[in-house]
Amino acid sequence: MRSTSRLSLWLLLTPFALWILLLVLLPHVQMLRVSFQVRESWDTLAFGVDQYRNFFTESYYWRTFLRTGVMSLFTTLITLLIAFPVAWYIARLARGRAKGWLFLACLVPFWASELVRTYGWMILLRESGLFSAGLQALGWVDGPVEMLYNDAAVIIGLVYNGLLFMVVPLVTTLEGMDDNLVEAGYDLGGGHATVMREIVVPWAMPGIVSGCIVVFMLTLGSYLTPILMGGKDSAWFTGQIFTQFITRFNWEQGAALGVLLLVLSSLIVWLGLKLTGQSLRKVMG
Amino acid sequence: MIRSVPRSRWFNGLYLAYLVAFFLYLALPLLVTAAFAFNDAPFPSLPWKGATLDWFIADGSDERTGFFHDDSLLAALWVSAKIAFWVTLISVALGCGNAVLFERLDFRGKEILYLLLLLPLVIPGVILGVSILVFYSGMANEASRAWAVELDLFRPGTPLVVMGQVSFITTLSTLVIAARLRKFDPQLEEAALNLGATPVIAWFTVTLPWLLPAILGAAAMAFLMSFENFNTTVMLTGSDTPLTVALFNRLREGSTPVLNAAALVLMVASALLAALVMRRGSGNSA
Repeated sequence: MRSTSRLSLWLLLTPFALWILLLVLLPHVQMLRVSFQVRESWDTLAFGVDQYRNFFTESYYWRTFLRTGVMSLFTTLITLLIAFPVAWYIARLARGRAKGWLFLACLVPFWASELVRTYGWMILLRESGLFSAGLQALGWVDGPVEMLYNDAAVIIGLVYNGLLFMVVPLVTTLEGMDDNLVEAGYDLGGGHATVMREIVVPWAMPGIVSGCIVVFMLTLGSYLTPILMGGKDSAWFTGQIFTQFITRFNWEQGAALGVLLLVLSSLIVWLGLKLTGQSLRKVMG
Repeated sequence: MIRSVPRSRWFNGLYLAYLVAFFLYLALPLLVTAAFAFNDAPFPSLPWKGATLDWFIADGSDERTGFFHDDSLLAALWVSAKIAFWVTLISVALGCGNAVLFERLDFRGKEILYLLLLLPLVIPGVILGVSILVFYSGMANEASRAWAVELDLFRPGTPLVVMGQVSFITTLSTLVIAARLRKFDPQLEEAALNLGATPVIAWFTVTLPWLLPAILGAAAMAFLMSFENFNTTVMLTGSDTPLTVALFNRLREGSTPVLNAAALVLMVASALLAALVMRRGSGNSA
């Protein structure tokens, strides 16, 4: 029996190890290595920090980096604020069939790909779009209005992409809460704000953290929405990585930018977990 | 704010209005995309010029080529389907193994390996794509330069896209299958063993049927995620572009109602797939 369990352990461990090593760990180690390579001539390489120096000296790079980070945080916050009342309604107030249907309605947009969703927003927001035509028909504006290609449009699209990943964990944690807890809060003389702050939010914290982490990651790493909906000045960091790899064939610089993006996202995820006292296992698994 | 706590009337009204606005916000982009697939005009915008099916079925004779006659988009659709097939197969097979590994076996370092399992979820998709490009394409370049060996498998193209997508979809399928395995009563398997089944037979006749709904669910999810993926795919694709990348390239040239038609076909297909799995899932649990 003992030897069969050892055998099955190895049989199951091998594919796992191959997957995680060949598709995740080794590629990232190599990306890190390439980011420190400096091409001296066509076939000689040296190690150095040139690519990272470029990042800090070229303001275009680090400005976009900061912008992407700040806008992703902002998007995450707005997504949380928009999703919370909806999740609350689904988890606590809706009954029976309505509950299931409302939950399903939150899922439906995500059967369409990010490209389709972004395209839908472009049709709505652009100069020849539906909103512009609607405003003209109402007589509120004189000519076509361009609502696409600015930061607000990008955030609308990003929030839209993130909503599901916020609503689902919030509903899951809020469903587990006991009504008695909330009632006790009111009985003990708490107002709405106090009950919210002292009882509901602490209870929902695992859901909030997990939703925020996923939405932040998705937003930071998104490419389609900011590229298609953003204007000339609204560069996104993933767009720069793409440019380095695909347009300029500068893999070393692209790898360095990739490492920086990875560091930023890991840092924020780690900070989020630390500040709220959650663990990755509890939040993701 | 809960049912037993009274709420004022205007608060209720406001809350309801908010919910209506929210679901409108969710539905609007998709409804608009779908509607303009039928507008009889060469550009997906108002005014409405009457309904047509041209953007689906026109064969190009009337200066309009519908989605079902658009050879490059259909070729891209086929590429996407091939990629999704392999990704589903590999990631679900890996997911089954991983689920058993983490739910049923105990070994040293399990905690750390579990964190490694979750790792792809906290890596942006673009980075997963880039790292695989750097590692494998770099290897192919190196092999070509040093030994004149051509590793075409590792050049950007379908195999590399499959690898890139498997890297993170495996984690998701593992989590789906493991969640079901956690609810499994090991006594059932022991009963089978006591009744004389070998471990292999017990696995195939008792455990696997129990896991089947989760495996099907994971497969549908893997297929959809693969089909719709853009961020990882775009870094690894070669000349045979999958559908999302092909649509993106079209969109950059300018939007036509053919894009709306393609989007609608995609939406309907994913909705059908999702509905099928949900129906099966609810049928089994009832």
